[in-house]
Amino acid sequence: MNRRGKVCLFIPCLEDMAEVAEISRAVDMKRNIPLHFMLLPGVVLVFIYSYWPMAGLVLAFQKFNIARFASGGYFASPFIGIDNFKYVFGMPEFPRVLWNTVFIASMKIVAGTVAPILFAILLNEVGKAWLKRAVQTVTYLPYFLSWVILGGIISDILSSDGMINQMLASLHFQPVFFLGDNRVFPYMLVITDLWKSTGFNTIIYLAALTSINPALYEAAVIDGANRWKQTLHVTLPGMMPIIVLLGTLSLGDILNAGFEQIFVLYNPVVFQSGDIIDTFNYRIGLLGAKYDIGTAIGLFKSCVSLVMVSVSYALASKFANYRIF
Amino acid sequence: MKRSAGKITFDYLNMTILFLISLLCLFPYIHILAVSLSSSASVAEGKVTFWPVDFTMNSYNFVASGSRFMTAFGISAKRVLLGVVIYMIITAITAYPLSKEDRRFKSRTVYVWYFVVTMFVSGGLIPTFLVVRSTGLMDSIWALILPGAVQIFNIVILLNFLRGLPKELEESSFLDGGGHLTYFLRIALPLSVPCLMTLTLFTIVYHWNAWFDGLIYINSPDRYPLQTYIQMNVIEPGRRVRDITDLDVLKTVSQSTLRAAEVLVTSIPVLLAYPFIQKYFITGITLGSVKE
Repeated sequence: MNRRGKVCLFIPCLEDMAEVAEISRAVDMKRNIPLHFMLLPGVVLVFIYSYWPMAGLVLAFQKFNIARFASGGYFASPFIGIDNFKYVFGMPEFPRVLWNTVFIASMKIVAGTVAPILFAILLNEVGKAWLKRAVQTVTYLPYFLSWVILGGIISDILSSDGMINQMLASLHFQPVFFLGDNRVFPYMLVITDLWKSTGFNTIIYLAALTSINPALYEAAVIDGANRWKQTLHVTLPGMMPIIVLLGTLSLGDILNAGFEQIFVLYNPVVFQSGDIIDTFNYRIGLLGAKYDIGTAIGLFKSCVSLVMVSVSYALASKFANYRIF
Repeated sequence: MKRSAGKITFDYLNMTILFLISLLCLFPYIHILAVSLSSSASVAEGKVTFWPVDFTMNSYNFVASGSRFMTAFGISAKRVLLGVVIYMIITAITAYPLSKEDRRFKSRTVYVWYFVVTMFVSGGLIPTFLVVRSTGLMDSIWALILPGAVQIFNIVILLNFLRGLPKELEESSFLDGGGHLTYFLRIALPLSVPCLMTLTLFTIVYHWNAWFDGLIYINSPDRYPLQTYIQMNVIEPGRRVRDITDLDVLKTVSQSTLRAAEVLVTSIPVLLAYPFIQKYFITGITLGSVKE
């Protein structure tokens, strides 16, 4: 440390500069020791509960043997190549499950993008602050309740003798089995998902709206634009960057049709239209204890998702200048 | 500026639409509340929409006397408490080192990648389940806490917040002879209280609402957290009303009124926290988006 004195006393030459850099690096290294200790618990937990399961993906290529697994871990069961995948793709339900997943997820992506944008624009036009806040309070609430709670409420209201059907009956309509009819079930999933998340998802669009320069609106008014034209030519273009960003990022969700929601709302009658990869995997792999098959299904989904996520991030960083860190 | 007739019409139309949407969001709760406060007979006859018919508190009395419900409530409360303490400590001690500059903390890049990879790649349902089982956590409350204890998103939010603190604070603290720990505990943490509040609320809601982990990791029904209990006993066709032997109670309590009451009681903690949540979540979202 007494070398430091030299730096203070003399005008440092190049060699000294290098020396100073070296010293400060050494100081940093010593000072940083607590940082490594702080990271240790997180590193250990992530290793056990994130990286170790990744090693478990080898199960997808094995014939799982519970006795061997218990004694020797992941690598003890015999390897059988891609037979598990052949089995999964050969299952009669699989094409339907895959289709349901993509169909429900894409409907949710489109509806879940359009509805919050429209809702944010309507909210933004409200002049009275208290009214705006009241609407926000009411519409954000379902987001914070779990699907178990919402599922309890939804299945009560939509059941065959529930409130909606009683209203339909009093208007002399046939009852609709909202949660028991394959023709309507997927759409009920989209509607109930909108109920839960639309309000909350407006937050980010409202933030985008407030960042639009008011001068643009003033200029538009002078040019004779009415409310509708202002929305079309100022508001929407102003929101476009965030719409493009969130739209591209949602590509990564193409196989995420909403496990928790479907799990609490579906029943065997609507498996045909509502069974998705995640619920299928849960029933076959976990409930049926076919761990090798379940891992193969999970790995298939992860691979497709990873590709989609990478594509979406590449697009997002290219078109919207987005980065995570 | 004078408002044109068109604008006034639009304003009223807009308010009507928003009002209707809000009502649509609100009706389900009101209906459930009305059902939970009505007698089972009037519910079965379809008389109850938005106002209790044959007002009775019996469903709530039954819920409060049901020991399994109260046990599950207690387990959830314990889970929230343990979860918040552990998650917040891990978030803070992980976010702080990662908020340092690469230049001063050379291994940062390695650590960042180590954590970020897990955002995109995971072992999936079954390998994770097998790991939790082989680490001996099955049927224990720790199975609901440890596997998700490193919340990457919360860490990213906090580290972005820490990066926003003036660099001079750290430099002067080092000049005064303090190390990282002094700076972290004495300066960085106290300054991050608003951000930590937000993350605490995130964590409370996360733990209160989680139910799927309880379903797969907990085998004994008397150890279920509340939401898992609700999922098992309320969503799945119930079998408990059959246990009621008191005929007077049976006249007023049915599967639907009971379910309504349980669902409402379960959502009470979130409803109580909601004013704070609303205030802090929104700042939380904007916090996460602040980047240099």
